[in-house]
Amino acid sequence: MSQAEARWLNANLAVALFALDPAALGGIWLRARVGPARDRVMAGLELALAGQRAARLNINLADDALFGGVDLAATLAEGHLVRSRGLLADPTVMILPMAERASAGFAARLASALDGPVRHGLIALDEGAEPDERLPSSLVDRLAIHLDLSDIPLSEALDLSIDRDALRDARARLPHVEVPEAVIAELAQVAFRLGIDSLRAPMQALAVARASAALSGETEIEQSDLLTAIELVLAPRATQIPEAPEQEAQDDTPPEPQTPDPDNQPPPEETEQDETLDLPPVELLLEAARAMLPPDLLARLQAGKAARPSASASGSGAAKKGNHRGRPLPSRPGRIGGDARVDLVATLRAAAPWQPMRRAVAINKDKLLHIRMSDIRVRRFQETSDRAIIFVVDASGSSAMARLAEAKGAVELLLGEAYSRRDHVALVAFRGTGADILLPPTRSLVQTKRRLAGLPGGGGTPLASGLKSALELAGLAKGKGMTPSVALLTDGRANVDLSGAANRGQAAADASLMARAIRAQGVPGLVIDTGLRPTRGLDGLAGEMGVPYLPLPRADARSLSAAVDASLNPA
Amino acid sequence: MTAFPFSAIVGQDEMKRAMVLTAIDPGIGGVLVFGDRGTGKSTAVRGLAALLPPIEAVAGCPVNSAAEADIPDWAKVEDRAVVEKPTPVIDLPLGATEDRVVGALDIEKALTQGQKAFEPGLLARANRGYLYIDEVNLLEDHLVDLLLDVAQSGQNVVEREGLSIRHAARFVLVGSGNPEEGELRPQLLDRFGLSVEVASPKDIDTRIEVVRRRDAYDRDPIAFTAAWHGEDLALRDRILAARAALPVVDASDAILRDCAELCVALGSDGLRGELTLLRAARAFAAFDGAPSVSREHIRLVAPSALRHRLRRDPLDEAGSATRVSRTVEEVLA
Repeated sequence: MSQAEARWLNANLAVALFALDPAALGGIWLRARVGPARDRVMAGLELALAGQRAARLNINLADDALFGGVDLAATLAEGHLVRSRGLLADPTVMILPMAERASAGFAARLASALDGPVRHGLIALDEGAEPDERLPSSLVDRLAIHLDLSDIPLSEALDLSIDRDALRDARARLPHVEVPEAVIAELAQVAFRLGIDSLRAPMQALAVARASAALSGETEIEQSDLLTAIELVLAPRATQIPEAPEQEAQDDTPPEPQTPDPDNQPPPEETEQDETLDLPPVELLLEAARAMLPPDLLARLQAGKAARPSASASGSGAAKKGNHRGRPLPSRPGRIGGDARVDLVATLRAAAPWQPMRRAVAINKDKLLHIRMSDIRVRRFQETSDRAIIFVVDASGSSAMARLAEAKGAVELLLGEAYSRRDHVALVAFRGTGADILLPPTRSLVQTKRRLAGLPGGGGTPLASGLKSALELAGLAKGKGMTPSVALLTDGRANVDLSGAANRGQAAADASLMARAIRAQGVPGLVIDTGLRPTRGLDGLAGEMGVPYLPLPRADARSLSAAVDASLNPA
Repeated sequence: MTAFPFSAIVGQDEMKRAMVLTAIDPGIGGVLVFGDRGTGKSTAVRGLAALLPPIEAVAGCPVNSAAEADIPDWAKVEDRAVVEKPTPVIDLPLGATEDRVVGALDIEKALTQGQKAFEPGLLARANRGYLYIDEVNLLEDHLVDLLLDVAQSGQNVVEREGLSIRHAARFVLVGSGNPEEGELRPQLLDRFGLSVEVASPKDIDTRIEVVRRRDAYDRDPIAFTAAWHGEDLALRDRILAARAALPVVDASDAILRDCAELCVALGSDGLRGELTLLRAARAFAAFDGAPSVSREHIRLVAPSALRHRLRRDPLDEAGSATRVSRTVEEVLA
């Protein structure tokens, strides 16, 4: 059986298990582009879920559609208040297409619905193309099953086999499935050793194991069910590869159950010995789990992807609300005047219920419409905020003048295009004992040229001071509603520390501290190595900042500007 | 559905302590719980409701007035008997409209009887109780502004649609959230008396116990709650006893000096830090059954009372919690 085939069978099993008990499993995170594979999974789900309430949501649904609100038309017609029941008033399997574009707020609403007393399930259809473009993590955490169908070949994507009679029987059996005492401890330990922090994961694994037992006609959770749960729930969430137990030498013979494990606390509940005899101990499960880990896990871990906030990697700036342009948001009460734009339809809707009452007290009875100030609704739009690119330029040493000229050129080039792209550019130069902010974030070309005209070079390399200034500027830019990114141009290694003293060791430590601080602030950017040959340690610094490293010897202004543009605008 | 019992929550002692302290002295001013996913943040808040002693309130009053004289004049209350009500714990959903939060014109009365009546909102219902906001950092700005004002003044003022209404809205603000979703505005941070950071337990036995209890609860909520009822009752009795003891708990001048020195050393803004620290320490002493506040009490509540009042330092990776405990060790050494 090929690997793809095995994964497809897994997907089939996952669909059946989810259909057994959508609420306990929370849901499925289905990562796949639109295509036959996804269509077949969805068809299988539809078949398996027949008879349960399902609703297709979209990420722009308003709250009254989800949770209910005043039904205006019915209220007017009937003369008393009619509330609409929201989509989520009854247990529902929600299907959310384009889930990767859901905002944090929308995800939080769905998450609270999943946590709430009404038993919902969610199928999140995630079409994200980039690793960073994915379902918000508040939902990822709540969906038991993570399926990635992105590289299933067409030939493997057969129709799912769903046996509805078996599902019905299993559903009846589910409440009677026994959970041996040791199972909970084992799942919790496996999850922990795989580096899964959230405690929802072992609970979801337990729910999957229980469903798996019911589906296979058992009334007690067995080893195969545990393996299913690990494969579907725990393995995709792993953030570390479990280290092999130290007594590896004497393996092959399965260790005795309850063998004290040097890596773990002694298993609790020693009294349950007889029940655990036929269950594999944690090490065996971990051994199996190791084989199930996603093949790219190691690569991902080495790339240090984990700690980075995903939103910061995208090219556009952070979202902010205004009332001029951008994506429309729900209207809000407001006042006419200033530069607000009135939402006529929403205003009329707000005014409609009061018409009989206002007519009764009005002085001018002939007026058709009675609109009051409080009815006025104002349009709001969400737009992405302006970017601020902060250049941090090494002005130390002999070749400083050349580099500075290039950086100046690049700044001017980027500013030239800034009007159409709405970028702001700032420049920090560091040399000697500290860093200077030569140019605060600006879009003014004239101002820039004037400030860049005279700039001395030479001296040591206070890299940390440069990064510190950049970080301060980034904070400033954020406060003004801009989205900052940092482009560092250097060819040397830090040899002046934050206090301005020439101390190579301390300087390197300070630089890496600042790099991590920049990373912690989620500021994207890149490190450009302008040295004639790649400088040792600079790629490490880029790693610590969590940004790409780009060796670009003898860069001219144009290629510099293109590189910055390309790496900050991945789309 | 019965909520997961508060006393059955495994570990997370700081979070539980902070919540108990606000139950003893609501004047401490609320709890902010920030931390990882799946650590029982909202579970604890929901469980807290069952722990809170009932309040005496006018039966029909929309704002839970304690006595007839306090009933706001706009409310047409028929049942004016003073009865015991459970302490309200009101959820403020993220998607709540302004109308629902502050209250608005009663549409039904307006339509059917042509009457201008006020329909109280969530703030009215939360009066004398708790207002809980899950994912508080995702709350829309205009709602945050609104809450800031009401939480400060203790009064909800509605001026809209021809209504001019005011009513008491004193509540303990409880917020929870995940720091990955965004920061909280410093002004709102400041409104919370205590702030707690929770993390997934790193100890395998604790983790197993969490899963085991949650599973037991999911399978039979009623039996599980019944099994823990005794513990919950005992905790509630302790809270009641602490409330009674609170006025007589003594804080010596040396303790006041400790509080002040701590806040100066940490450079926290304003005097709110000292005041909250002292109140929390006093409540904790009362809970402990101690006659007076000791340094140990201060040491234990200082991180919760102060960590959200520090200036951010991007260079300090250890986070404000470590900074507070380091300073506590230095000052109270």
